[in-house]
Amino acid sequence: MLDTNTSVRPSPGAAAAPALLEVENLQAWYGESHILHGMTFQVRRGEVVTLLGRNGAGKTTTMKSVMGVVGQRTGSVRYQGTETISLPPNKIARLGVAWCPEERGIFASLNVRENLMLPPVVKPGGMSLEEVYDLFPRLKERATSQGTKLSGGEQQMLAIARILRTGAEMLLLDEPTEGLAPVIVQQIGTIIRQLKERGLTILLVEQNFRFAATVADRHYVVEHGQVIDEIANSELERNRAKLEEYLGV
Amino acid sequence: MAELLGFPPQVLFGQLLLGLINGAFYAILSLGLALIFGLLNIINFAHGAQYMMGAFFAYLLLNILGIGYWPALILAPLLVGVTGIIIERLFLSRLYKLDHLYGLLLTFGLALILEGVFRHLYGVSGLPYAQPAALQGGQNLGFMYLPNYRAWVVVASVAVCLGTWLLIEKTKLGAYLRAATENPTLVQAFGINVPVMITLTYGFGVALAGFAGVLAAPIYSVNPLMGSNLIIIVFAVVVIGGMGSIMGAVLTGFGLGIIEGLTKVFYPEASSTVIFVIMAIVLLIKPAGLFGKAH
Repeated sequence: MLDTNTSVRPSPGAAAAPALLEVENLQAWYGESHILHGMTFQVRRGEVVTLLGRNGAGKTTTMKSVMGVVGQRTGSVRYQGTETISLPPNKIARLGVAWCPEERGIFASLNVRENLMLPPVVKPGGMSLEEVYDLFPRLKERATSQGTKLSGGEQQMLAIARILRTGAEMLLLDEPTEGLAPVIVQQIGTIIRQLKERGLTILLVEQNFRFAATVADRHYVVEHGQVIDEIANSELERNRAKLEEYLGV
Repeated sequence: MAELLGFPPQVLFGQLLLGLINGAFYAILSLGLALIFGLLNIINFAHGAQYMMGAFFAYLLLNILGIGYWPALILAPLLVGVTGIIIERLFLSRLYKLDHLYGLLLTFGLALILEGVFRHLYGVSGLPYAQPAALQGGQNLGFMYLPNYRAWVVVASVAVCLGTWLLIEKTKLGAYLRAATENPTLVQAFGINVPVMITLTYGFGVALAGFAGVLAAPIYSVNPLMGSNLIIIVFAVVVIGGMGSIMGAVLTGFGLGIIEGLTKVFYPEASSTVIFVIMAIVLLIKPAGLFGKAH
């Protein structure tokens, strides 16, 4: 087991960047159930980092805790040095963190354009509507359709697209490839790499490590609400046997 | 004069107008209830009492401060809205995580307290509130006599319902409201202060009830029980229209008012029960209501 408090290996290319998100000893509860037992990890500016792990390991709860939508949490979550552990989600969003939830959260009572325009701009530097439409031309064609009438892949695109307008610098993407056809998964991979090129920082939850390997710089392995290992993407092949054991694949 | 369907036109149109007036009140009140239920998940049983407070505030503004009908039409709903905001912050905000039943019980209790207080202070015989001078008199339309004030009530309520609908369906604020009705957590995670939005929505919903109360003051006497007589019918209207649908609440309100009015012409014995019969039929055929979405 690796002590992530002291020995985070720098990833190639991001070594000099300061940590944008620092999570330390994060604990979280749903009612009586204790889900996170001291998550500790960092994401540096411009990195794509994944949380890998089996179902129920606490990946989604970690994301929700960073976003502040889990009621009961302790420990420390610092974003750009600001402690957010006791902030409500709207304040955390205003710092520049945006969340794309696992269930996508497309609003049925809003059309595609309204869904896209819903999140308020929190920082300058976000994409304009035209840029978003360039990246996702399908959304322009279906601008007046009801949000939930889109296909699963289109809904996922919409869920990602709408947080690109806001100027948020840190994106939390929860299983963006779940249940999607391989060709759509490829498109989402392309988009994530484009976002990285734009300088966005991405924390990604994935069960599909083959997909994660195509986009990420580093991977944290999560089990029972703790980080149990950290693997740089370049070392993924060498650690494949170990990883498959962790993930039970 | 010729008869229409076997009735003198004065009777038919008179009842139609009466139905439309009742429908106007049903529409404004069920609109507020639907808004509140949509976002707060609370069945606001105090809505009738808040309607009554609107009428009383208009009465008190006139008799204590000498403030007339037109300013009261704005001020009284604002005052009701402020009391609503206080109620939401003090009590309702503690109940959102609990079952609907707790909100219903709390607001029912509040309704009883409010009615009791006004009953204690002003009795139950009803207090007079004069029509504004500009709307006294009426028009003879040939087939019927149309009192100006009643025409105004219909026009004002249609305008308020339409304005609220536009606000919710066509503005950014309305998009936040619709989205938060579906998934408040996600909307808050986008950076919207949802708790404040919830407070203001409750304030707005009960201010609508207060507005209906001021409109009603010159027609019905200002009476502590005026709300409890009406609210049961309004709940039936909301059930028929479907909880949470704005346009559904408005259309059902006006529609049922008219049906009730016509029943008074054709089969007066059923006029007080027709809405509940319709409610029972709708619940059997379409339990989510005419405009509601099944979950």
